[in-house]
Amino acid sequence: MLAMYRTMLLIRRTEEQLRDDFHAGRLPGGVHLYIGQEAIAAGVCAHLDDADPIASTHRGHGHYLAKGGDPEAMLAEVYARETGICKGMGGSMHVADFSRGIIGANGIVGAGLAISAGAAFAAQLDREGRVAVCFFGDGAANQGVFMEVLNVATLWKLPLLLVCEHNCYSEFSPSDTVTAGEITDRARAFNIPCSVVDGNDAVAVWQAAAAAVELARDGGGPSFIEAKTYRIYGHNESEVHWLSSEYRDETEIEPWRKQDPIERLGSFILENGVCARENLDALDIEIRARIAAAAEAAAAAPPPDPELMRDMMFSGQQP
Amino acid sequence: MAKKRLIQAINDTLFAEMERDPKVILFGEDVEISMFGDTKGLHERFGPNRIRNTPICEATLTGMAVGAAAGGYRVILHLMFSNFIYTGFDAIANQMAKLRLMTGGQIKLPITVIAGYGGGRSTAAQHSDTPYPLLMNLGGVNVAVPSTPADAAGLLKTAIRGDNPTFYLEAGGRGGERGEVPDDDFTVPFGSARVCRPGTDVTLVSVGAMMKPTLQAAGALAGQDIDAEVIDCRTLVPLDTETIIASVAKTGRIVIVDEARDRCSAASHIAAVVSDEAFTHLKAPVKRITVPNVAMPYAPNVEKTVIPNQEQIAAVTESLVNNPDK
Repeated sequence: MLAMYRTMLLIRRTEEQLRDDFHAGRLPGGVHLYIGQEAIAAGVCAHLDDADPIASTHRGHGHYLAKGGDPEAMLAEVYARETGICKGMGGSMHVADFSRGIIGANGIVGAGLAISAGAAFAAQLDREGRVAVCFFGDGAANQGVFMEVLNVATLWKLPLLLVCEHNCYSEFSPSDTVTAGEITDRARAFNIPCSVVDGNDAVAVWQAAAAAVELARDGGGPSFIEAKTYRIYGHNESEVHWLSSEYRDETEIEPWRKQDPIERLGSFILENGVCARENLDALDIEIRARIAAAAEAAAAAPPPDPELMRDMMFSGQQP
Repeated sequence: MAKKRLIQAINDTLFAEMERDPKVILFGEDVEISMFGDTKGLHERFGPNRIRNTPICEATLTGMAVGAAAGGYRVILHLMFSNFIYTGFDAIANQMAKLRLMTGGQIKLPITVIAGYGGGRSTAAQHSDTPYPLLMNLGGVNVAVPSTPADAAGLLKTAIRGDNPTFYLEAGGRGGERGEVPDDDFTVPFGSARVCRPGTDVTLVSVGAMMKPTLQAAGALAGQDIDAEVIDCRTLVPLDTETIIASVAKTGRIVIVDEARDRCSAASHIAAVVSDEAFTHLKAPVKRITVPNVAMPYAPNVEKTVIPNQEQIAAVTESLVNNPDK
């Protein structure tokens, strides 16, 4: 419980740092913030080991951190430094750490679906009980590969957990303007275990994921979880600079701020006597200090040597 | 040394490579029954964990190839017809070709994508494209286009054993061609063109299915006292420009024969490289013989007019050698 809280707080403070760094002009590219959705990454990844592959989205900082990715290396990546987890070649939308099973955040909406199915196929062939997880949004559920992956994963009984984070927006379009029906009904058509959970309730996510991960590890095939949540920030932090009009108003966001997943889990922890308020506050101070130091270190780190790219395109071959 | 049909050389190589390395897996649409015969018998020998029929879902299959390769397997994805590369293109162009660089070189993606390409069989425009120019432009994938049974075996081994994504394009309808294949465990390295016929007057460069009419044209030109050197690129990425430039330095003339549409074809790229790097050796303009910028027609008589043939190659080459100003 406390580990999950810690993960969520780490994601929140890291993203607040990146938000501020972006607006201060310290980052070369925009960032897509996961703030408000932390319970989903934390609740699911709590069940996973380094060997379990996860595919993520353009809003992928949270999944990376929840899966044990190094915050210092991630910040350096977003700062486009050679010390970054991808040596500054991927950036915010593409953080990956294969040694921890983070097979990539991805700039193509829905791309993680097929990649995670392939990773699940490899896991199935290895028979070591690994499970692959794909995090994707309600926007990605409108890509054709969603149906294709549900089909092949069900048919082949792949150890795959599909986690749809329904955050109510496809980039700038409200979900109900681009999505017909209920997304979970699409998965139900394949007769696999499906659950709809409150995505701002870490405990609920944790419980749903526990059952799905266990089933997949035991050879029971894929599951689907739709986590209902809300994107507190914009599609991308840079949007204020180029969007010609507003696409939602404050009155819509406010009720969701009251459903903050970190505060909710914090209250749950305190109510259940897991620890005291001072412990949570101390944790926050520790994380804030770590992230501030990481951002300073990232800012001071060298940019990548342009020659590096020649060795990275192919393995053992010039481009 | 044994004489084999090209498709048999591919089939034998797939058996040998799957035998050699248990991490080699193959999947694709109808690979168990094997439409072209290249994957025939593999399912019976290796079972459904190593070779598996898939649903028709190319957009997913190409992505799965990436995921399974990232998971430690050597993946062979059979896409049947190369036009289906387009339906599966997102994971090819945005993932397969880019993820290694994007992840700072963290991963190797040993993926071999097999697909039949090219026209000549009245399969019309959606089953007869020659898509290698598109693949050449991606940057992160190799492109191998064998023209002989021996090269088919040697290049396929290099693709499967290699650590990079490779498109292995089989010339459609040419699988029946026979040739000697060495018995030993030989490979053909990528980026090594083959001089099939030495000559002094003109260089003919081609690849894959176009090697046959090109070699026939060279034979016919010999009767007209034109001594053509013929080069088979064998791989377009990496491209052995050294062998091509060395040949042009000797002959001073080059004709590039390509079954792709003319605009931004492999021929255009080779022409550009030759113009850059061998300009002072050239005695005549660089010539391309390609497919016009049209969709492949169904009617056999019309299709025949768009695919480069022996007569056209011989005529263009003869004119280049004897009347370069024309």
